[in-house]
Amino acid sequence: MRTEFRKFYRPGVLWALALLAAIAGTMITTSEAQAEYGDVVINNHSDAAGMRPVVFPHWFHRVRFRCKVCHADLGFKFKAGGNDINMVKIIDGQFCGSCHNGKVAWAVDSCDLCHSGKPGTPTQVHESTINLLVTPGALTPAPAAAGKR
Amino acid sequence: MVSTISRLPVLILLLVSMAAWAQTARQWLPLAKDGIHDPRNPALRLLQEPAAALSRLPADGAGNQVNWVHALERGVINPRTNILPETQVMVIDVDIYLNLRGGTPIVRFPHRAHTMWLDCTNCHQQLFASKAGANKLSMEAMLKGEQCGVCHGAVAFPLTECARCHNTPRNQPLPVGAIRGS
Repeated sequence: MRTEFRKFYRPGVLWALALLAAIAGTMITTSEAQAEYGDVVINNHSDAAGMRPVVFPHWFHRVRFRCKVCHADLGFKFKAGGNDINMVKIIDGQFCGSCHNGKVAWAVDSCDLCHSGKPGTPTQVHESTINLLVTPGALTPAPAAAGKR
Repeated sequence: MVSTISRLPVLILLLVSMAAWAQTARQWLPLAKDGIHDPRNPALRLLQEPAAALSRLPADGAGNQVNWVHALERGVINPRTNILPETQVMVIDVDIYLNLRGGTPIVRFPHRAHTMWLDCTNCHQQLFASKAGANKLSMEAMLKGEQCGVCHGAVAFPLTECARCHNTPRNQPLPVGAIRGS
């Protein structure tokens, strides 16, 4: 048994193992950049209006509000891009404007804080099963729009 | 006896395994490098980084690496329940047993964890009828973002976490008085 082990325990074998581990390690550390699970990109009107698309961080909001606050009280549908939101409605206190009014959260004059996405990024729930399995490749900005700004 | 050169691969293995261990610790990409935020946006530095908020919350191996139900149950977070004063807060502690004739383990659906976050009208009656056995559930529909897949696979733990829903062995009797769905 011991001689068997000695046979295996040669620098050559160890070098091969080390090399494999190093390759595997590099593959792990250089994995693709990904936003947080559940981040929603809303690009219904932004690109056309020359604004960056909106990135809505679900994680930030659910630390402070239960789902029902927005999805029941405020009437947000469970669908990325499925809510007919525009700036007039927000200024009027609907949708995001219920809180983003300068009292609870920043007001509409802080454009860049919400309109913070890469130009050309399609409307989506980032990292969602649909994006990963049904429409892979839909995550990245359209080539024409990328690098526009 | 053992030369330095033959010790070198052992050292490399050690370093790589240490690096691999560090990888298993929770990490969140900074906003400027997450692939959807525009790093050229000057306001980006004003936004809270995910790691700043999420590293303090109970860990999870999937999704955004936070067990949100534990965070709420243990009082680590105390998110608001309503914005309209007339909103009813109804936490219901009723489990429904589903997938009773399937091959995979039985699903115990806990109303409690769901009603702590959601309003009854979020699911009833559009997504699910409020009648045990009246809903025809399908994993294919869920994978397409319907039924449970409206949230699971988007904001709640993903559909690849099979055993978290299919959590009840088929070869044991269900609790007395268990409500049986489809």
